[in-house]
Amino acid sequence: MPPRLVVVGVSLGGMETLRGLLGALPANFPAALVIVQHRDKEESGDLAMLLGQVGSVSVGFPLDKECIQAGRVYIAPPNYHLLVEDDHFAFSLDAPENFARPSIDVLFESAADACGAGVTGIVLTGTGCDGARGLAAIRRRGGQTIVQSPSEASAPNMPQAALAAVPDARQLTLKEIGEWLKSIADCGLRNETSAECGISDCGFRNESNAE
Amino acid sequence: MNKKSTSQSAEPDLEDIEVPLLVEAIYRRWGYDFRDYAPASLKRRIRRIVGLEEVPSVSALQERVLRDPACMQRFLDQATVSVTSMFRDPGFYRAFRAVAVPLLKQRRALRIWDAGCASGEEVYSMAILLHEEGLLDRALIYATDINQAALDAAKEGIYPLEKMKEYTENYQASGGKAAFSEYYQAGHGHVVMRADLSKNIFWAQHNLVTDASFNEFDLILCRNVLIYFNRHLQERVHRLLYDSLMPDGLLVLGRQESLQLTPHETDCQALDSREKIYRRVR
Repeated sequence: MPPRLVVVGVSLGGMETLRGLLGALPANFPAALVIVQHRDKEESGDLAMLLGQVGSVSVGFPLDKECIQAGRVYIAPPNYHLLVEDDHFAFSLDAPENFARPSIDVLFESAADACGAGVTGIVLTGTGCDGARGLAAIRRRGGQTIVQSPSEASAPNMPQAALAAVPDARQLTLKEIGEWLKSIADCGLRNETSAECGISDCGFRNESNAE
Repeated sequence: MNKKSTSQSAEPDLEDIEVPLLVEAIYRRWGYDFRDYAPASLKRRIRRIVGLEEVPSVSALQERVLRDPACMQRFLDQATVSVTSMFRDPGFYRAFRAVAVPLLKQRRALRIWDAGCASGEEVYSMAILLHEEGLLDRALIYATDINQAALDAAKEGIYPLEKMKEYTENYQASGGKAAFSEYYQAGHGHVVMRADLSKNIFWAQHNLVTDASFNEFDLILCRNVLIYFNRHLQERVHRLLYDSLMPDGLLVLGRQESLQLTPHETDCQALDSREKIYRRVR
């Protein structure tokens, strides 16, 4: 079954890699793609260049409690942690984790909690070890895990740390990750809703305190 | 039942049972209501508290927090206080000077509410801005928070010296008109904010979740507070904020927040849609 939610972590300096990834994204991509990129904290800088329309896909910063829609790309805005909660996003200003806010671990762990096996986590090039714990959480909940081949990554530390935490994660080159993204689009399950995770049916869920 | 492979995967599911029980227990015992907090970040904070308290589980934390008021205070400190910085998001302060200050200058007296002021950094930042715009003397600022201990600290106006480099940069980027060092006195490892900044600030405990509106304001600041609430509670608090706003009053939310899809979406007009500065229009 294709994932409902693909979460991606990339560190400062991974802009070219990220651009490559988004360039490979097919128009009929059936999942939501959520990206945390480490960066200097205040302004969004060159990240803003990615906002708007990349090919046929819309890329943007989500708002608090915005519902997550399939076929869209979301980028964590600067200086907040971005979390997945049920079928929507949430934010926090808690302390940086692994010296990072947004932190990849925070996104990945919350996505694993919210969507279980419906999540795929991808760790791309980067320094430090953010994302390793989060990828392990995704693995534990039955999600798929992908790590960019350290030999190809411009900064191999983050992929290496992720592989140390999840030894059976798939090691793929950026090109292969692009092919994988295309392959899940070819499954053509865009409008199906997973029971585990309400992503792809938009609309705010009724908040009646029900668990 | 004790197979190692299952116990690991079962652990997060147990937390899904334990967290709502803990929250219910705290509400019944102490009256603090976390039941409608946004679950993802609340869960992270509770996990952190479990670690700090050195207890083995959320259930064990529940037992301690029920019986020990000091533990409840520590819980409150960890679960509600977000550490922020002075002039966080300098772009917001620039926008505020541009679109809000001219409107505030038309008023003879200003009642301002900083809702959820935590350790006070934003209150002092706003006081400095108002001072530079010649508005501080006509302003009464009500700074409220759920946590009395945080308010006591905020009232002292004491901040770590090591933060001043960052705050100075923020201040300069925010359109500050003086030298930031004019606003504090440096001591050993800390600074004390200038006393005249806080002469019109009233610090008071107020719980957005359980307390009612207590006045009408020309300006309400509630930045990055509601992100910790679920949609249901956000709606309730938005009603409370709206009820506390004078006709034509201004409301400021955090950058990732919005009035979209709240009950008062159409009652307010965005003066700056990126920095979330709104004016009540009806």
